[in-house]
Amino acid sequence: MRISVRVNGDEASGDVEPRLLLVHYLRQTLGLTGTHWGCDTSNCGACTVLLDGVPVKSCTVLAVMADGHAVTTVEGLATSDGLDPVQEGFMQEHGLQCGFCTPGMMLTARALLDRDPDPDEATIREAISGNLCRCTGYENIVRAIRWAAGHPAAEVAKEASL
Amino acid sequence: MTTTERPADSDDLRSPAGNPLGFGRMLRKEDARFLRGHGRYVDDVVLPGMLHGAILRSPYAHARILSVDTTAADAHPGVKAVITGKTLEGLNLAWMPTLSGDVTAVLATDKVRFQGQEVAFVIADDEYTARDALELVDVEYEPLPAVVDARHALDPDAPVIRDDLDGRTDNHIYDWEAGDAEACEAAFARADVVVAEDMIYPRVHPAPMETCGSVAYMDKVTGKLTVWTTTQAPHAHRTVYALVAGLPEHKIQIISPDIGGGFGNKVGIYPGYVLSIVGSIVTGAPVKWMEDRSENLMSTSFARDYHMHGEIAATKDGKILALRVNVLADHGAFNGVAQPTKFPAGFFHVFTGSYDYPAAHCKVTAVYTNKALGGVAYACSFRITEAVYLVERMVDCLAFELKMDPAELRMKNLLRPEQFPYTSPTGWVYDSGDYPRALAEAMRIAGYDELRKEQAERRAAAARPGADPSAPLMGIGLSFFTEAVGAGPRKHMDILGLGMADGCELRLHPTGKAQLRLSVQTQGQGHETTFAQIVSHVIGIPPEDIEVLHGDTDNTPFGLGTYGSRSTPVSGAAAAVAAQRVKEKARIVAAAALECSVEDLEWEHGRWYVRGDPESAKTMAELAMAAHSALELPEGVEGHLDASVVYDPPNLTYPFGAYICVVDVDPQTGAVKVRRFIAVDDCGPRINPMIVEGQVHGGLADGVGMALMEVIAFDSDGNNLGGSFMDYLLPTSMECPSWELGMTVTPSPHHPIGVKGVGESATVGSPAAVVNAVLDALGLRHADMPFTPAMTWRAMQGRPMRPDLAIE
Ligand code: FES
Ligand code: FES
Repeated sequence: MRISVRVNGDEASGDVEPRLLLVHYLRQTLGLTGTHWGCDTSNCGACTVLLDGVPVKSCTVLAVMADGHAVTTVEGLATSDGLDPVQEGFMQEHGLQCGFCTPGMMLTARALLDRDPDPDEATIREAISGNLCRCTGYENIVRAIRWAAGHPAAEVAKEASL
Repeated sequence: MTTTERPADSDDLRSPAGNPLGFGRMLRKEDARFLRGHGRYVDDVVLPGMLHGAILRSPYAHARILSVDTTAADAHPGVKAVITGKTLEGLNLAWMPTLSGDVTAVLATDKVRFQGQEVAFVIADDEYTARDALELVDVEYEPLPAVVDARHALDPDAPVIRDDLDGRTDNHIYDWEAGDAEACEAAFARADVVVAEDMIYPRVHPAPMETCGSVAYMDKVTGKLTVWTTTQAPHAHRTVYALVAGLPEHKIQIISPDIGGGFGNKVGIYPGYVLSIVGSIVTGAPVKWMEDRSENLMSTSFARDYHMHGEIAATKDGKILALRVNVLADHGAFNGVAQPTKFPAGFFHVFTGSYDYPAAHCKVTAVYTNKALGGVAYACSFRITEAVYLVERMVDCLAFELKMDPAELRMKNLLRPEQFPYTSPTGWVYDSGDYPRALAEAMRIAGYDELRKEQAERRAAAARPGADPSAPLMGIGLSFFTEAVGAGPRKHMDILGLGMADGCELRLHPTGKAQLRLSVQTQGQGHETTFAQIVSHVIGIPPEDIEVLHGDTDNTPFGLGTYGSRSTPVSGAAAAVAAQRVKEKARIVAAAALECSVEDLEWEHGRWYVRGDPESAKTMAELAMAAHSALELPEGVEGHLDASVVYDPPNLTYPFGAYICVVDVDPQTGAVKVRRFIAVDDCGPRINPMIVEGQVHGGLADGVGMALMEVIAFDSDGNNLGGSFMDYLLPTSMECPSWELGMTVTPSPHHPIGVKGVGESATVGSPAAVVNAVLDALGLRHADMPFTPAMTWRAMQGRPMRPDLAIE
């Protein structure tokens, strides 16, 4: 089937097998390997991307379902102005260790902050509860997202350019 | 100190980039790529013409293979090859040695011995096609009765699992003991109190977020084999491939790129790795194999599975006299435990723990069952997790019987600082420690007395008529652990004959920038940052100017790799010694450049200067350039600034800590909520406190997972009941509390920079604290983890369940 998907602002189109999962379309067809894969049962969230701004587990979405929609992956988080505050927060607060869960975790965080710019700890914990991390015990991920909430994008970009 | 306060940097001096010149909080260098999705994990490796392999696995726990027909699979469009046990027999590769002197099947030939065992390997143009074709491989099995309950593995009528081994008539692997049985007997005879308890440390799985896999390419023209693989020990893997497959070691390159968590899951060599290599040899193309999650949980390195019977003897006022333990160890169908050769039960015999008593004895009997192989994994420090769980549970059982506060009982028996170095009853030499201080600090942070007061009030309220039946049951649990990490020394410790020492090479470029090459491999621990800080600490050049290279056997010196919390104790020492040698060589160069004698030179903040004349000085960067220049050096001194070190640790290091957990149990559902968790760790000086805290956080989550959620159980046919993340539950952000950390600092006297390692401390120490808290809430002496709502409920009803079997 022929599909056309807007990925990180760029139009991608081509023929895909109807059964191709979005995670494999991104990783293998488009070479965007920042999106990871970690389970067979939609439990881990390593594959989380934004579909029209909403976090989805891309192992549970067929590539054909993304036809005509916009996908944001970790490669699309940073802008020419610099890192997204979420990325900066993960670095500042040591919110990642092996980095495998990190792309999915950051996209979930980005979607949370888009709908709730100042979430408290309980809200953050609930928002990321579908994303497993085996390294960090979540503590610093929560702090990273709080950091991002306290540092709007413009400020982060300004600091980065110094 | 609590986590909300930032620890002061040990060195106030800052590099141009604002980093500490040495120890202190420093943001991680590796984050730049991970944050942008530019990490490169094994599954991200794509080579031209690469094919994809998939493994057909046994649906049975125990069955004879009658036939394997690959005709239909071979004919499937896109399939390039189908490899079976027969194919491998022709290459003499159907079996391979394990790390414990046994053999294991690469692909089953005669029988399958656990559910999920590898039976055939299909190679196709893409992964979807390979997996489609798996269904076309026709295997005829004759199911056999399975040995599922380890406690019946030695029954006279138990089916013999390993009939591949000559003369085998039972499922016994080994008996092993340590300590002094007679001294124990005497201590028990004069004890006022003896408490015995049976407990299971159930089978769990490290389950890193990245599963295992590899990409192999055998270049037939050059004869070079390159393998990108998920390994914590790239050099050891290279040597094993050379020995097993008869490949020339100098023509093998193992690349362990970014690794998505290891926790011991990526130490062993799995059939899939070997199959990707064989697949590349057979097809001439690169072959990728990545396991899926159920393959990961069902077939690769499980952890624990110890059935323990403990007995503790004490005086009536709570002085411990002796501890003894009998262990039945379930090793699965092959003895594939990854541990030092002379230690069949790993370091379990450090089970005397953190307490002062003269007599101890343990006996371990290991058996085969129809389950996957493994045993040492999941951040266990070679079975110290089991050891700490045993002793910390037994101490709580003793407190229960004596009706004594478990903190008081521990304080009374902890080793005292003046006893170090301390030789334990089973022969371990603990290097340094101040245990009472750590426990006191944990109790201070927790507000222990207030917590006990609150608990007493709640209990009194619950006992009143008309009390709220849904009021949570509050429990407080403690554990105190002593770790033993950083294996060697190599005269005592080897794996497959390879001594546990690690190499390191430090090279300064003419402009004063450096490269540090390590034999160990990071899986998220931040080596690229901390090892640069170690070198910076010694020679004063900025950590951002030091590039740490690891994970590629062609570019790094030999060493045994990262597991057992050994990177910092062993390779960290190697890096420090290499830096010290470079510093001393720089001194000779400085003397030549400044035209003085080396004795006249003093060291200060990254430069050598002439005593009494601080203006006459050369920085490390200037000396690096001088060492590469035409400057005339003394007879016998070669140019350049570099050092190559092999570090053979004189002893293990012994990190320790005191943990306190507070839980609330819902009396109506059995659901356990961890309200607080206080962890005081002493791992010696902290190279990067931010990274140390992160390591502790992760391990504490593991402890909550094991105590409350994680278990791989089996039904009576040997079906694995934990084969997906829907069944094998990992802790999420909702089960984990906000961790409260503290620390004490007791340097290791024998480590060049005093550090002890911390990677596994929290995983080792925390399960007992959570379990002790739950049992304290329930008012029970013992019940087995994991305390899922069902297990807790049954324990509350006085009908506890075995966690390892789905049969009663
Ligand atoms: S890969 Fe685990 S949820 Fe998608
Ligand atoms: S950082 Fe390793 S899984 Fe989250």
